[in-house]
Amino acid sequence: MEFFERFAIPHPSPAIYASMVAIGLVSIGIIVGLTYFKKWGYLWREWLTTVDHKKIGIMYLFSAILMLFRGGADAIMMRAQLSTPDAKLLDAQHYNEIFTTHGVVMIIFMAMPFIFAFMNLVVPLQIGARDVAFPRLNALSFWLFFAGAMLFNISFVIGGSPDAGWTSYFPLAGNDFSESVGTNYYMIAIQISGIGSLMTGINMMTTILKMRAPGMTLMKMPMFTWSAFIANVIIVFAFPVLTVALLMGTTDRLFGTNFFTTTNGGMDMLWANFFWIWGHPEVYILILPAFGLYSEIISTFSSRNLYGYKSMVASMVLISLLSFLVWTHHFFTMGQGALTNSIFSITTMAIAVPTGVKIFNWLFTLWKGKIRFTVPMLYSVGFIPLFTIGGVTGVMLAMSAADYQYHNTMFLVAHFHNTIIPGVVFAMLAGLTYYWPKFFGFMLNERIGKWGFWLLTVGFVLAFFPMYITGLDGQARRMYTYSEATGFGPLNLVAFFGAALMAIAFLTIVYNIYYSFKNSPRNIGSDPWDARSLEWATHTPVPEYNFARVPQVASSEAFWDMKKKGHQLFKGDFKKIHMPNNSGVPFIMGMIFFLAGFSFVFALWIPAVISLIGIFVCMALRSFEKDHGRYISIEEIEETESKLGGAK
Amino acid sequence: MKIDHSQPLEYGTDQNQLNILGFWIFLGAEIMLFATLFTAYFTLEGRTGSGPTPGEIFEITPVLFETLLLLTSSFTIGLGVHAMRLGRKNAMLTFFTITLLLGLAFLGVEIYEFMHYYHVGATYQTSAFTAALLTTLGTHGGHVTLGLFWGTFIILQVKKRGLTPETANKSFIFSLYWHFLDVVWIFIFSFIYLKGMM
Repeated sequence: MEFFERFAIPHPSPAIYASMVAIGLVSIGIIVGLTYFKKWGYLWREWLTTVDHKKIGIMYLFSAILMLFRGGADAIMMRAQLSTPDAKLLDAQHYNEIFTTHGVVMIIFMAMPFIFAFMNLVVPLQIGARDVAFPRLNALSFWLFFAGAMLFNISFVIGGSPDAGWTSYFPLAGNDFSESVGTNYYMIAIQISGIGSLMTGINMMTTILKMRAPGMTLMKMPMFTWSAFIANVIIVFAFPVLTVALLMGTTDRLFGTNFFTTTNGGMDMLWANFFWIWGHPEVYILILPAFGLYSEIISTFSSRNLYGYKSMVASMVLISLLSFLVWTHHFFTMGQGALTNSIFSITTMAIAVPTGVKIFNWLFTLWKGKIRFTVPMLYSVGFIPLFTIGGVTGVMLAMSAADYQYHNTMFLVAHFHNTIIPGVVFAMLAGLTYYWPKFFGFMLNERIGKWGFWLLTVGFVLAFFPMYITGLDGQARRMYTYSEATGFGPLNLVAFFGAALMAIAFLTIVYNIYYSFKNSPRNIGSDPWDARSLEWATHTPVPEYNFARVPQVASSEAFWDMKKKGHQLFKGDFKKIHMPNNSGVPFIMGMIFFLAGFSFVFALWIPAVISLIGIFVCMALRSFEKDHGRYISIEEIEETESKLGGAK
Repeated sequence: MKIDHSQPLEYGTDQNQLNILGFWIFLGAEIMLFATLFTAYFTLEGRTGSGPTPGEIFEITPVLFETLLLLTSSFTIGLGVHAMRLGRKNAMLTFFTITLLLGLAFLGVEIYEFMHYYHVGATYQTSAFTAALLTTLGTHGGHVTLGLFWGTFIILQVKKRGLTPETANKSFIFSLYWHFLDVVWIFIFSFIYLKGMM
């Protein structure tokens, strides 16, 4: 019995028991369903073992949407608790757990897979490649992300959620103040998915540097590919810092070392510095690909080429450098002195300059353009003013002296949601709507999509703008309640309604997928938006090999110039195509990583060692394996091409 | 598989070139990993709590041995890659084996060193300084250990399959990894040991 007691949750509530039952029922439902419809083989062959970047992208996409609802449920609970003064819906501990998981889930397990989804789906197609550089590593990246996400998500039903905030500052996150295994989950789940992210970074950088179609010089790459490239460079340099910090945090908690303790020489500020040396660039890992998507969408629906291509690239390079030089602005008030604070104030404000350049480039692209207000375009146009407001309040926060007033208030919460939601979430929804026809073969319904956009935008403004005011009035963040005398009540109620509207908006967007799946016409052709870059030059749905013939690129908008100026993209005859074989190893490794992570969380050393050996056995087997992939014959290509409606 | 014979064997195919570039990028990430560890070490170096200081526990003799062993192994793996380019499989295998034996000896001395730290009361839990020291050394040592297994697998493959573009590629990438560990050790030697003993 004692063995099982450690898996019990320390702060149970009816909501958690209900979730347990729900998780159990859904799992049983999935297993029974798969068996009943005899889909196990299909699942294994087509998805679990796949190394196709498009399928991996789709798996990232669905995981991200799933996690959006997990993190969104947390958000709704928080706003409900704060909607009235002295509410009793959640207790302090439960509230701590919820804002911690909300932050981690949204950044690590929602936003990251969302951008990886687009990198996987779009980058190889935009550069005219058959696949990424290391297809199996790519599958492994996904399964590591998935293992980390699942590990993190079971924390609230087995052993307890982390409760020290998404930044997990020590000594609060140490064993003394955070007694449950929750923070172990935090350290280990993020570690596992972080390794996956690092591998994606290496993979994508290699792909973009080495696998571009003939003629596509770096300065002819589509803007999304550029943004993905810069983001991956940031990943490769930022994630190892997190790896080390998490490792040290884990040993502090599991082995009693003294990195971040307050005794025996430990230094809690070291964690804060390491966390934000990763954490600040992380913001740009998320936002740059979002900017890339906006650039594609704005230029497509303005029917103009992107204004200031070179300045777009230069500004992204500059942002990526500056992103590593501003981390201290996350803790201006933690005592590093006026000089340090001033330096970081200035570097922080400097980021506004290249970001401003990009905003003006988008505005100049719209200028005199023939604008079509489709759903992706609505998100992109809505993004510009909303994100600018978020940027302006960012400059306010960047003034370190003034930050002593705002810090740890709802003003800050309003600011970063005001950048991340229009910046990243809007971009992901815009990208989702824009690329949906390419990967699923039907359009999402425009009318329902517009409803989704307006509900989300209005909900967003109602949810977060009141927080600027309550924040300036002194409402602290991370507080589970407040008294009526503070007068924060009415504005928080408005924020709750806003959050509820946002929830309805997300449900509308998901309903749109269902509705369009049922009702949208198929056979929409390969280029339904009249778009400009290479991914629209191949068939819909995209065949396994992407392009039957490798495209020959002569300009930065090769596909547009093919349509308008008669450039020839595809020349010569079909040749046989080399493709990698599917493999079950990445999936199995992901599952072993999950077991290893779980064992470490609960300090179960025997299974932990066994799983680690399992991981090394997988690596050794891979080393000895002889797998040179396979070839798709010319007849096969001709057959597929004619089935998809004529050769491209 | 298309082999480009104007290139050295390890660069001969498209996939080989991808592998080598990808590995260089991976080494970039490794540099950040060790840079972070060094940062932690320098930050925590003086924070010894009630435990020993660097000067009290460092001993020059085993460290010199370790340095000698690892630096020599970097030289021998260079000879191994040179032999590989000349197509001399047996010479290459010999040099790779010597490299791994030197690595093994390095690891032996390091284990002796860790036991010494344990005996003089500088354990993992003693202070922030000891934790940072043992983590930095241990991460490097862990890399060497992994390298020993990896190198062994590669030797077995070259022995069985001969020098193909694939095995040559793997051997070359492994040599990059091994040289990298050597570079990291030079930093450890200079900025952890020598600085600590001064």
